[in-house]
Amino acid sequence: MIVRILGEGQFRVDDNATPGLNHLDTELETAVERGDESAFKAALTGLLAQVRAQGSPLPPDTLEPSDLILPHQDSSMDEVRKLLTDEGLIPG
Amino acid sequence: MGVMKRVQLVFKAKANKALDKMEDPRETLDYSYQRQLELLTKVRRGVADVATSRKRVELQMNQLQQQANKLDDQARKALGLGREDLARDALTRKSSAQSQLNDLQGQYAQLQAEEEKLTVASQRLQAKVDAFRTRKETIKATYTAAEAQTRINEAFSGISEEMGDVGMAIQRAEDKTAQMQARAGAIDELMASGALDDVGGRRDDIQAELDQLSANSDVESELRRLRGEIAANAPKQLEGGVGANGDGPVHHGDRGQSQAQSAPYAPPAPTQNPQQAPPHQAAPPQAAQSAGIPVSDLPSANDQPQDGEGS
Repeated sequence: MIVRILGEGQFRVDDNATPGLNHLDTELETAVERGDESAFKAALTGLLAQVRAQGSPLPPDTLEPSDLILPHQDSSMDEVRKLLTDEGLIPG
Repeated sequence: MGVMKRVQLVFKAKANKALDKMEDPRETLDYSYQRQLELLTKVRRGVADVATSRKRVELQMNQLQQQANKLDDQARKALGLGREDLARDALTRKSSAQSQLNDLQGQYAQLQAEEEKLTVASQRLQAKVDAFRTRKETIKATYTAAEAQTRINEAFSGISEEMGDVGMAIQRAEDKTAQMQARAGAIDELMASGALDDVGGRRDDIQAELDQLSANSDVESELRRLRGEIAANAPKQLEGGVGANGDGPVHHGDRGQSQAQSAPYAPPAPTQNPQQAPPHQAAPPQAAQSAGIPVSDLPSANDQPQDGEGS
């Protein structure tokens, strides 16, 4: 499975890591829905740390699309909300 | 569905939308490649912009540091002159300059991090653009419609995701740079207003007052010197200088005081620091008087270097 961290690049993560990531991802989603800033930060930091620890960076010249995409390390909750909408932050 | 999947779908939807606009798959490849090159240029310009901003902040940090040092010196001088109020004022401004400086140091680190991120992003994009160009040529060479479409879609999605990512990175860097520029502008204004006092710019009021104090003390010492000279010479003009010369200026004061009773135009306080008059000035009046020139017309007394001159 390929995971991209925005601003950092792509990682190949073993499928065994998926349950752990999904758990944190659910927390992240709940935090965004509730507007809970500290839970949001904790979940995002945890997710990024897991991907970095368990994944291996993809060479920069691969053209494979990612299966999952994670927000920037220093994203605000507001940015993540916008990212989730079609008209959001992605240019072009 | 979690956040990670939703973000991925948003990126994918963007890519598909762009793909759908193209009728000829080969057109997609060339069009996308053009956009990639544009984005590369843009991200490189972004790096340069952030670097420019960072340098401006660096310059301001240097200015603020100089200013803090200068204010520190002024506080020291003011204290030396017994002006605690001025010293206090200088130290207050120093602390304001210092806090601006600390603030800028934080922002500087942020800009540096941003510059690094963008540099890495531009290298990654470059690698992907190169890979895309190779893939594009291969696809064109082995063109059969159905196969090509799939391979084009793959390559396009991959690069499109990267482009979205880099585009966001540029946007973030631009936002940060804009914030920094607004901030730098505010600090420039603050320095121009004199609240922190612009280094090398107009003279600030603390310096003006210190200069004034210093100038006043020069004027006072000049006055004392002149009084001493007049006191020394007044009796000589009245009495033909009998026994008045060659005694050294140290005693002029006493003589001046005794003369003051009979000579109403004598200075009122000739005793004030008569030692200020340099000893070597005793000679010219003697020569002048024997030549019949009034002492007051002598240039030598005023031409002598005085204490505190040249400050």
